[in-house]
Amino acid sequence: MIEVTLKVNGEEVTRSVDDRTLLVTFLRDELGLTGTHVGCDTTQCGACVTIVDGHTLKSCTALVASLDGAEVTTIEGLAPGEDTLHPVQAAFRTHHGLQCGFCTPGMIMTAVDMIRRHGSDLDETTVRHELEGNLCRCTGYHNIVKAILAAAREPAAAGTF
Amino acid sequence: MYELRYRRPADLAEAASLFEAAEDPAYISGGHTLLPTLKGRLAAPDALIDLRRLPELKGIRREGDRLVVGAGEVHRDVAASPDVREALPALAGLAGSIGDVHVRNHGTIGGSVANNDPAADYPAAVLGLGAVVRTNRREIAADDYFQGLFTTALEEGEIVVALSFPTGAECGYAKFRNPASRYAMAAVFVARFADAVRVAVTGAGNDGVFRWTAAEKALATSFSPEALADLSVAEADMIDDLHGSAEYRRHLVSVIAERAVANMGRAVVTP
Repeated sequence: MIEVTLKVNGEEVTRSVDDRTLLVTFLRDELGLTGTHVGCDTTQCGACVTIVDGHTLKSCTALVASLDGAEVTTIEGLAPGEDTLHPVQAAFRTHHGLQCGFCTPGMIMTAVDMIRRHGSDLDETTVRHELEGNLCRCTGYHNIVKAILAAAREPAAAGTF
Repeated sequence: MYELRYRRPADLAEAASLFEAAEDPAYISGGHTLLPTLKGRLAAPDALIDLRRLPELKGIRREGDRLVVGAGEVHRDVAASPDVREALPALAGLAGSIGDVHVRNHGTIGGSVANNDPAADYPAAVLGLGAVVRTNRREIAADDYFQGLFTTALEEGEIVVALSFPTGAECGYAKFRNPASRYAMAAVFVARFADAVRVAVTGAGNDGVFRWTAAEKALATSFSPEALADLSVAEADMIDDLHGSAEYRRHLVSVIAERAVANMGRAVVTP
């Protein structure tokens, strides 16, 4: 067992875990944050993407022990309140950017990071290129891209996580 | 994943001594190859020694006419580095073409070179440029370093500290990816020095990354895609699997090599 301390969605948590615990397992099983999904469990699908110390991570592919001291933002950490969606979440809703919704948390975390880096300059080619690591098995990419581009035009979407 | 102990050494010396002390240890860096391997129970080390944050493995810098990239640098930082983009833009482009945006945030150059996956990108640049692999024990020339599938000159417990690239060459990299795995089906790194040309091929060879010496000779005489028109690698040396036959890969290597030569100064990736 190994003790780890993380700041998850702004709150410091310390747990003693099995050394082989993956970040995604820690979030879901230890903290009950089940918004981060396990899709493929082989570093391909991106359903488990979170933002760790300012960069996206497929959280099925990191030992939580290796992230001791890190700041983690999950899909649960985006919305400012119970009744208000984050601008990227709102854009996904408006533009029907989800069908079954399984890939959505990873898509939105990826989109938040993408918008933070590119701002309102974000174009469709870049969005499609940077979604390489996120798979939607409903193949609903068209509206996902639309939602991300719309959110990028919202001044409130940048720098909000 | 089987049970294991995770260790995070503070420096290179501690990493090496932790390795000595453990029974069946493995080093881990970005973990983007090793963790999937462990999850598949294809490897079962009893201890993982984390190299990712070691200060000795950090930094990208010019040293005279060399470009030195710390083994712990992630693909994202190599791709974005002003030094890499200026000195070896094709290397920056190669780094920016690995995996996807999330993978590039964590995978490291040292991990890729130490693992020597036959479809990995970095081995093509390291061999193509004739770079030097700096370890915690010695310096190894690229021509001596790569020794077959997942096999290198690294000894038990030896750690890749940095890659030292010559900067006096114009380079081009072209890659044809498997659309599902995004690993190279064939990728070619061409380095044109004042007095010689080096060509390294990854993704296609039975024995991992290799130099295509016939192409080197032809390009040294006439540096143009047409110089490769009548050349091809030996079909018997090509990977033959469900993703593509050996015949397909033999043809692909020529096409991709021509593409690299036609696009010097950058990395071209399809599809």
